[in-house]
Amino acid sequence: MMANEATMEHNASPIWGGGRQPFGASYGKLMMWFFLLSDALTFSGFLAAMGLIRFKYEDTWPIAEEVFTHFPFVEGDAPLLYVALMTFILILSSVTMVMAVDAGHKMNKKGVMLWMGLTIIGGFFFLGSQAWEWGHFINGDKGAVQIEDRTVVYISDMEGNVVSLRTLIDGPDAHGHGIEYTDEQMLAAFKANDQYTLRRPGKGAEIFERGEALKLAEKAGVVQGANLVQNEYGNVLFADFFFFITGFHGFHVFSGVVINIIIFINVVMGTYEKRGHYEMVEKVGLYWHFVDLVWVFVFTFFYLV
Amino acid sequence: MSHNPNLPSEHHESPEGIWWIWKVFILLLVVTAVEVVLGIIKPEILLGHFMGTTVLNIIFIVLTLVKAFYIVAEFMHLKFERKNLIWTIALPAVILIPYLAFIVLAEGSYMKV
Repeated sequence: MMANEATMEHNASPIWGGGRQPFGASYGKLMMWFFLLSDALTFSGFLAAMGLIRFKYEDTWPIAEEVFTHFPFVEGDAPLLYVALMTFILILSSVTMVMAVDAGHKMNKKGVMLWMGLTIIGGFFFLGSQAWEWGHFINGDKGAVQIEDRTVVYISDMEGNVVSLRTLIDGPDAHGHGIEYTDEQMLAAFKANDQYTLRRPGKGAEIFERGEALKLAEKAGVVQGANLVQNEYGNVLFADFFFFITGFHGFHVFSGVVINIIIFINVVMGTYEKRGHYEMVEKVGLYWHFVDLVWVFVFTFFYLV
Repeated sequence: MSHNPNLPSEHHESPEGIWWIWKVFILLLVVTAVEVVLGIIKPEILLGHFMGTTVLNIIFIVLTLVKAFYIVAEFMHLKFERKNLIWTIALPAVILIPYLAFIVLAEGSYMKV
């Protein structure tokens, strides 16, 4: 059948002579593919840059599962589960988008409305999850101290298990979030409790001897939370890449939701019914799947590896 | 032979029904679940060094590429496009992204402090 088609095209007019689709795809769809290809290269650049910096500062680079440990309504550590949930939400919203495209092929307006609506809701769920994740990252978890060479080290017991500032200062039974501690409080508590020491973040992290840790603590400052200039989890570049890469992806999700809403309104108004085809849904669908695709890589290179 | 930018793409054969969508969905879900479980338990035998990283990390990357393939081929429907479109999109990505990663990661090792 393909051979037949090619022969017919050859006989009729040159394939690239205009008036036909050499790629078998419309102008808009083709341009969406080219845009997504360039966007994929942009994200590759970000992730490769993060890999480079991570290898360079391997000794102070935090381990993601020691950073992202929270899950809503769960006390204690639950690493990876929250990002797994975010992945699930995004894959599910990709499925509803495929359903919307499928309904569009059948010129089923109600079906497109239903499935696009669900896709938009999925997008909002993902954005909400990301806001929650950012909130926890910015507010911080256990707190840490910055020593004289400006690197961040964790407070830990002698085996290297990380201890929070709250446990150090207010004791192991203390509760409460968002308490800000001073350098003096930290130093006094650190001197008084000789079961604690300091350790570096990262793989195979160095655990300081108690004596050395005491000397370091004298000139150390408390770090709580993370932003672009300080980061309680370790190297500040980790926070910079976190905000930049997940932020850039989150911005893609946000713009995807906005575009989906615009197309949804068009579907409701019958624009594509009149046009005779729902290809616009297919085009925004490509963008939406791409957002899912990027997340798959962010998930691996930020949280797993 | 007027050029109409609103001309729809030609229709491509795709599997009948919607069962294939759920099949891909379950596959993506299972692969993600395997990744999460491996990421939490981190089996000792998979932490040996291999190709500059650990065996476990290679497994993660391979599983990620499997997921990426299914998203692009099935969800984005690239598998059912014409061959010239498939290669136009796939080749630059398949050549340039590993090239970039190699240059930045392998050559960047000189930057290590």
